[in-house]
Amino acid sequence: MIAPLLEIKNLHVGFDIYGGHLKVLDGVTFAVGKGAKVGLVGETGCGKTTTMKSVMRILPIPPGRLTEGEIFFKESDLLRVNLKKVRGVKGKGISMIFQDPTAALNPVFTIGRQLMDVVKYSKGAGENQAKDTIKDRAINALKDVSMPDPERIMENYPIQLSGGMRQRVCIAMALVTGSELLIADEPTTSLDVTIQDQVLRLLGNLVEEKRNSTILITHSLGIVREWTDRVYVMYAGSMVEAAPTKGLFSNPLHPYTQGLMKAVPKLTGEGIAEGVPGRIPNYLNPPSGCRFHPRCPHVMRICEQERPPFFNAGSDHQVACFLYKE
Amino acid sequence: MTEEILTVKDLKKYFLTSRGTVKAVDGVTFSIKEGEMLGLVGESGSGKSTVAYTLVGIYQPTAGEITFKGQDIGKDFSKRLKPLKKDIQIVFQDPGSSLNPRRSIKQILELPLKVHHISSNKGIIEQVAKLLEMVELPLDYQYKYPQAIGGGEKQMVAVARALATNPSFVVLDEPTSALDVSVQAKIINLLMRLQQRLNLTYLFITHDLSLMRNVATRVAIMYLGKMCEVACTSEFFQNPLHPYTQMLLSSIPVVSDEEEMLKPKKILSRGEIPSPVNVPPGCSFHLRCPEGMELCSQVDPGMVEVGEEHTVRCHLFQGAKIAASTSQGEE
Repeated sequence: MIAPLLEIKNLHVGFDIYGGHLKVLDGVTFAVGKGAKVGLVGETGCGKTTTMKSVMRILPIPPGRLTEGEIFFKESDLLRVNLKKVRGVKGKGISMIFQDPTAALNPVFTIGRQLMDVVKYSKGAGENQAKDTIKDRAINALKDVSMPDPERIMENYPIQLSGGMRQRVCIAMALVTGSELLIADEPTTSLDVTIQDQVLRLLGNLVEEKRNSTILITHSLGIVREWTDRVYVMYAGSMVEAAPTKGLFSNPLHPYTQGLMKAVPKLTGEGIAEGVPGRIPNYLNPPSGCRFHPRCPHVMRICEQERPPFFNAGSDHQVACFLYKE
Repeated sequence: MTEEILTVKDLKKYFLTSRGTVKAVDGVTFSIKEGEMLGLVGESGSGKSTVAYTLVGIYQPTAGEITFKGQDIGKDFSKRLKPLKKDIQIVFQDPGSSLNPRRSIKQILELPLKVHHISSNKGIIEQVAKLLEMVELPLDYQYKYPQAIGGGEKQMVAVARALATNPSFVVLDEPTSALDVSVQAKIINLLMRLQQRLNLTYLFITHDLSLMRNVATRVAIMYLGKMCEVACTSEFFQNPLHPYTQMLLSSIPVVSDEEEMLKPKKILSRGEIPSPVNVPPGCSFHLRCPEGMELCSQVDPGMVEVGEEHTVRCHLFQGAKIAASTSQGEE
């Protein structure tokens, strides 16, 4: 077996706040292979973004605190190398697209200036590039994301572009570095469906063409089904189910995944089921054992006492639930 | 047949800005029957919220008629009488900003009761308890502040506040778009139960067509301040006619193969909604339309009826009245 490009092992992250210690990530385990398109689904506050921020080392510490775990990117442990070196590792290796392109772009600099900065700093300090090559690369990056009239866009400020265009600029920025792993954190949440369709299609084509590995973070099961080939479902700081996309959608196993699927409004129009009762737990004092047990319809005694590990349930399908213990 | 509770005729709302006139709503005609839920769907910038705000009296319409229970309410909007305000209520999109962070839930719910003299000072405590019970929140929530409760629960409080005056018509302006699906499911089901119990009429504004498939009686699509297509829900989803409706439907990410089959054949979405300051001439959609003809860039099509309660605004269907689809008899 080839080592995965990115591997997160048993990651625990918490936040120190006035009221105590929030135990947010509770043993996140996650792997992305080369060229894979992986989806990470979960509801607000389940720790999707915290996980990815830990990978990027942009988690604010303090109040954040990494208590345990390892993150391997191409065999180097991102948590053990010092911050300066991380830049070198991730600058070329990992890039990220954020949810809100309006907040991700600086309103007082032109698109060109911001894009050229990324080109400049994505290369190591030794490699000096001529000004013209930098500009050419930036313009090409805009062409790649099918921007009309890229020369003019270079002179524009973010406010002059529409939401969809801004997100395309962010995609251009993320891809221009030639990084191997792309993390897209809810890239289309702030966009309309028709624009979302365009942006996802564009992103899919580019990723295919450049053979990037991608992590798509989203709360939309529909997007995951159409876009990824492997899915991780996250609940309250840990992974509850991991499976190939087809397998997960034809046969969701974890009670949480099942509830989530039921709650999605469907075009077939069979009404909306009240998927999951209750609400996500308080991280100050999370439930013992399986964090889902207070909301689970199949709760057993063991669920309150022990944390379920991943059990194998079918081809490449893992689920963290005692129902599937052999 | 049930009666029409609200009729909107050729409603226009223009905003004057330094860059020109924004035609946010430009000639919208529709009606809502008593006890139904009309889903008003559109992308951001299509003018759906402006329609809502005009109905509840936040904006004065530039032109057009709004008739509510036989009474013209469009004209003297600043002189709306209290009984009318009581009868038309609204739930906003983001409960985080529509609830005052410095007021407790009790204070929030008391205000409409006091303003409209719904109960005596003593009765208010009971009334607040009743409202909380109606939206299925525990009683001790009345002492909490909005920041202490979850997003879904905040929206429940907003619903309770809207229902405090015992309205008959409620505008829901994207009440669940800021929430997760499992929370959305709870709120939608609650809203449906309340509609049954209190005989409410809803105007549900949203951008989520799959949600409307499950809850709306009729669906209306808006694009750049104009209606594109209006039809009963089952007819709308089985026989979508307007190219924009088809584009919207084919862009929806779905979770199962059965749903995939229900979508119209893939129409690749292209272009973006133009700025309402510079509306394209002719049909406002022609720049993005896969079926655009020369006529479309010159003449704005009118609304035509193509089937029972199914109207479309598109040149493809002008004159040619389409035979009612076979499926119509089923529902």
